[in-house]
Amino acid sequence: MGSRLPPAPTFQTATASAGHHAGRTAKAPPSRERVQQARRRVLRTILLTGGVMGAALSGYLPLVYAQKKRLRPPGALDEKDFLSSCIKCGQCVQVCPVQAIKLADLVDGFGVGTPYIDAREQACDFSCDAVQCILACPTGSLVYKKPAFLGVRKGAKLAAAPILKAKEKDAEPTLNLGERIGVARLTRPEACLAIQGKGFKGQVRGAAFKGRLRYMDVDRWKPIKVAEHPYDIAECDLCVRECPVKGAISIETVFAPDGSKRKSPVVHEPCVGCGVCEMICPVEPACIVVEAREVWNT
Amino acid sequence: MSQYLKRRFLDQIAVMFGREAKKPSAISEPAQKIHFYKRGNRDLIAEKLHARAHAVHSNKWRNRRWTVLLVVNLFFTLSFWLDIQILEGALTASRFIGFHLIDLNSALQVMLAHKHIIVNLVIGTGTVLVLWILLGGRTFCSWVCPYHLLAEWAEKIHLWLVKKKLVTDQAIDRRLRTLSWIVFAVLALATGYTVFEAISPTGIVSRALIYGPGLALLWVLALLVFEVFFSRRAWCRYACPIGLTYGVVGILSPLRIKYTLDSCFHEGDCRKVCLVPHVLDTVIKGRAVDTEVPIGPDCTRCGLCVDTCPTGSLKFDVKGFSKLL
Repeated sequence: MGSRLPPAPTFQTATASAGHHAGRTAKAPPSRERVQQARRRVLRTILLTGGVMGAALSGYLPLVYAQKKRLRPPGALDEKDFLSSCIKCGQCVQVCPVQAIKLADLVDGFGVGTPYIDAREQACDFSCDAVQCILACPTGSLVYKKPAFLGVRKGAKLAAAPILKAKEKDAEPTLNLGERIGVARLTRPEACLAIQGKGFKGQVRGAAFKGRLRYMDVDRWKPIKVAEHPYDIAECDLCVRECPVKGAISIETVFAPDGSKRKSPVVHEPCVGCGVCEMICPVEPACIVVEAREVWNT
Repeated sequence: MSQYLKRRFLDQIAVMFGREAKKPSAISEPAQKIHFYKRGNRDLIAEKLHARAHAVHSNKWRNRRWTVLLVVNLFFTLSFWLDIQILEGALTASRFIGFHLIDLNSALQVMLAHKHIIVNLVIGTGTVLVLWILLGGRTFCSWVCPYHLLAEWAEKIHLWLVKKKLVTDQAIDRRLRTLSWIVFAVLALATGYTVFEAISPTGIVSRALIYGPGLALLWVLALLVFEVFFSRRAWCRYACPIGLTYGVVGILSPLRIKYTLDSCFHEGDCRKVCLVPHVLDTVIKGRAVDTEVPIGPDCTRCGLCVDTCPTGSLKFDVKGFSKLL
């Protein structure tokens, strides 16, 4: 187009011309309509600000009334630090071989998108052997070892690195985990089959149960559905026999209040709170549950 | 860069933070010449009408962009579903064949809230920073962010309703975005919670695509309803701090849209389709400070203006590269 232009007149300096330009458009004071428009825009801005901030801060509400504590994946920092450092990407979800880790929804407030374990549905059975979720975490929300500036709650620290029953014959049988994520507790001893001296036969959680577990006698590297592994045991010791950690739980002889001898599952210090006992307990609801973020009290 | 472009460059940074685009204080001489000849030029008007009659609307860049956006987001999903482990995680943080990639705004929120930065976080953030400096900053918004695509579709409904005179677009003060960036940064620092991450539609939609839908999508739906019936593209335009974070990255980027004054008819079609029309103030008659003007950092490089322009006055450009070509 430039080539078709008529010869150019001489121009003044750039700034002078622009000054002329500005002078031509100098305006009278804004009309009433303009003022009203501006006022409405301010109101709308306040409305959107209020909406966004309201939504953002409503994340506090669930924290305020939260009764149920979430069981976090192994190696999780203490809850407050966990929520501040988790970037909500779900990489821990992706590496878990039994898909024990789920992401929390809106009802968790600021915890939306953070990982948790519903042990009754699918516990962490450490069938990855190496706590892969910790390895996957990009922000240090899940850690093998806490940074120095973060304190360790009393009783959260494990006395020794937990020994995995599945790895017992390996050169390195321990799990790289310094702190427990909870502690198993026999909450309904009256319903416990072991205490009643009863056995168990069949699929522990019914045919429809989707939970999976690694059975060493089946396949070390491929966890199978619990439903595909029926049991026939004379005296129930499922929580003990399927516990992945050595020495975390055992059947002991205890004395009932009336002085009679009974068998009962007893949880010991090595318990890391993985929740396999809770998942495998054949009684509805489970007699033994993991109390999330609980510490070992001696 | 000429002094005129340098001034506009700085001006555009201020505009990104919310200042209104102003008339330039000085215009280069060659640009003034062009402005002068465009005034009341009958040949130009004739040419304009002719070009209008022959204009073929293209969706080239939009189609390319939607393809990239869908491929990237579905890649996340497929990688998890098929367990091929190529792109693990979500948009907030991921690993591409083992390399950490961490969203800049999410990383910032975590750093401010947690006040402790581990090596993987630095590596991932640094990689993404370099990536988006090269690719244009807010390119993230229009080429990757899944909420952007939903909002684009909501925008179509909004514009249809506007045409039917059922709704009107309610403009909101753009300084709100800067304010929201500051407020969320302060909230993260003060409360120790990554408050913004809880409501970020980018994170919510990305996770919903990969890990399945949840109630959090209701918030995204509320935003879309607000945009359809009340204010066009309100979240991306006036609220999202992610956009500002990537906008700042875009200041350094060599990839941008370049405007050529000479061929422009100043009809403003580009401003009508633009998410951030304040960056296109230069196409208004008499405003271009030079014969070629790069569009500012707040531009999302979505290419809608490139598709819309009937004369090819707006083009993708890589700084320093066009000379080599």
